[in-house]
Amino acid sequence: MGAAISIDYITHHYPKQKDPTLKDIELTVRPGETIALIGQSGCGKSTLLHMLAGLLIPSEGAVRINGHQVIKPSPRWNMMFQKPSLYPWMTVRRNTSLGLIFQGRRDGMNKRVDALLETVGLADKAEVNVQSLSGGQQQRVALARSLATDPELLLLDEPFSALDAFTKVELQEEVSRLSQERGITVVFVTHDIEEAIAMADRVVVMGSNPGTLKHELTVELPHPRDRAGARFNELKAELMEFFGATRHPAARREDTDATAPDAPEEGSAAAESEPDSESGRRAIRAA
Amino acid sequence: MNRDVTFDMPATPGEWGWASLRSLNHLRRALQYPVLGIAGLLALWWWGGWVIANNPDTMAFASFAPGPTLAAFWDLVSSGQVWSPIESSLHRVGFGLLYAILIGVPLGVMIGYFNVLRETTHVPFQFLRMISPLAWMPIAVLAFATWDAAIIFLIAIAAVWPITYATAHGVQRIDPMWLKVGSNLGANPYHTLRYIVMPAIAQDVFAGIRLAVGVAWIVLVPAEYLGVTSGLGYAINDARDTLEYDKLAAFVLVIGLIGYMLDAICVRLIRRSSYHAQG
Ligand SMILES: Nc1ncnc2c1ncn2[C@@H]1O[C@H](COP(=O)(O)OP(=O)(O)OP(=O)(O)O)[C@@H](O)[C@H]1O
Ligand SMILES: [Mg+2]
Repeated sequence: MGAAISIDYITHHYPKQKDPTLKDIELTVRPGETIALIGQSGCGKSTLLHMLAGLLIPSEGAVRINGHQVIKPSPRWNMMFQKPSLYPWMTVRRNTSLGLIFQGRRDGMNKRVDALLETVGLADKAEVNVQSLSGGQQQRVALARSLATDPELLLLDEPFSALDAFTKVELQEEVSRLSQERGITVVFVTHDIEEAIAMADRVVVMGSNPGTLKHELTVELPHPRDRAGARFNELKAELMEFFGATRHPAARREDTDATAPDAPEEGSAAAESEPDSESGRRAIRAA
Repeated sequence: MNRDVTFDMPATPGEWGWASLRSLNHLRRALQYPVLGIAGLLALWWWGGWVIANNPDTMAFASFAPGPTLAAFWDLVSSGQVWSPIESSLHRVGFGLLYAILIGVPLGVMIGYFNVLRETTHVPFQFLRMISPLAWMPIAVLAFATWDAAIIFLIAIAAVWPITYATAHGVQRIDPMWLKVGSNLGANPYHTLRYIVMPAIAQDVFAGIRLAVGVAWIVLVPAEYLGVTSGLGYAINDARDTLEYDKLAAFVLVIGLIGYMLDAICVRLIRRSSYHAQG
């Protein structure tokens, strides 16, 4: 069952930093909900995610998962990163089994892992060293590894940003499907507006200096989502607008007409995966 | 890491011939340069022996040349005399290295992990490291009841530094993400050490051990010149005293051969413990 999260007025000061990195963050996440965190580079998204994972303790306020304050990492909430960070001396199977080994759940472990590798499409690679896999396959192993311990919450920090457009879409859909099937709560950080709309039930836009939650956008579309659909692209344009409002004034001026060219004529869903904010801006300038 | 080499099974027996011919060719190419190197060394040795034999001042040492040396070497091996000093020497080196590993690896892990410790120990350790192990000899002799223990101490104190620093280097190269992912997956400190840190640094530890073996093997011989009545160093000293120069040279040869083999074993261990996809 998915975890319920409540973030209670978090403010965070990194030691030696003058200003707080995060200020008065408040958010409630329902069990099984998928939340996208989006915002400018450096606004504190990773910081917030680390706090949800228990890898960092906020200087003020608290994160509660199912009512309990998060004070240390736990295999019940797993974090996935931009790089797969697999252990290169191990096979796919070993990497995937690791959480179970650490928890001492060796009974039926191999069967479980086989089933998981099957779901992520790597059944035939179980005994292969992970170094011989492609980037997308490695990220799948990381996903399987995170799912092995039956987490209630998945935290993903730009997990697909290093992948090519096709693999990215495939994995986005896979994570959506798996999290729905298992009722897992998902909080993910992305720079990719399309990814946010494609996966999230709610998109939260963060502003920077200090990091705060600025806007929220509910995506009510059913899964799997039609990325070429009118509503999908409307939401994308809306999000782009919110996002533009959080920018620095200098950057914002270029963005005033940024939302327009984005929308309806976008053809193939997979190939034209939404450029992230940076390249989006570049594309607009070129137009 | 295990890399299984599989050969395609030939369809007909006739193809075995080709396969073995090809692998013979492969072997020839692999050995070509080492054989050339060995031949060069032998030639140099032979030439040196010739020069010594033809110089009236050095004629007494003519038995350093390859001919007498190899004959003496054969004598030592066939009579079995060679084994006892080898055994004593390997025993000392083995224990010296064992202590160096038992101290150096944990020390290296801590130095690599804690910046404070690294900075605190830097000056004293560099200072100690630069003192020739043989300079400790008089102290070792006083401190230890037996000559054997003193020699083992000298070897250990020489070998501990490369192991410590190679281990520390390996620990510093550990990707912090590996630790983060590990703790996220619920690893306790034992798990972290056993499944993450140890495999990550194995290659560096063995690289350190390789350097340590080299140093230990070098320190061994002069250490055995003193006090003890066994081992390769003693055998050389003994041969000098009895003017058996061919035997002396044969023991030098033995020292070189064993040193080479120890190094080759270390190289294999480094390869096997490397997690990189390409050896
Ligand atoms: N360990 C740290 N110590 C001090 N300051 C830090 C630390 N980690 C992050 N910061 C600062 O906190 C701010 C937010 O960083 P964070 O990594 O959370 O941003 P982000 O939103 O994830 O950015 P990006 O989109 O580039 O990944 C940045 O200004 C960064 O310099
Ligand atoms: Mg980040």
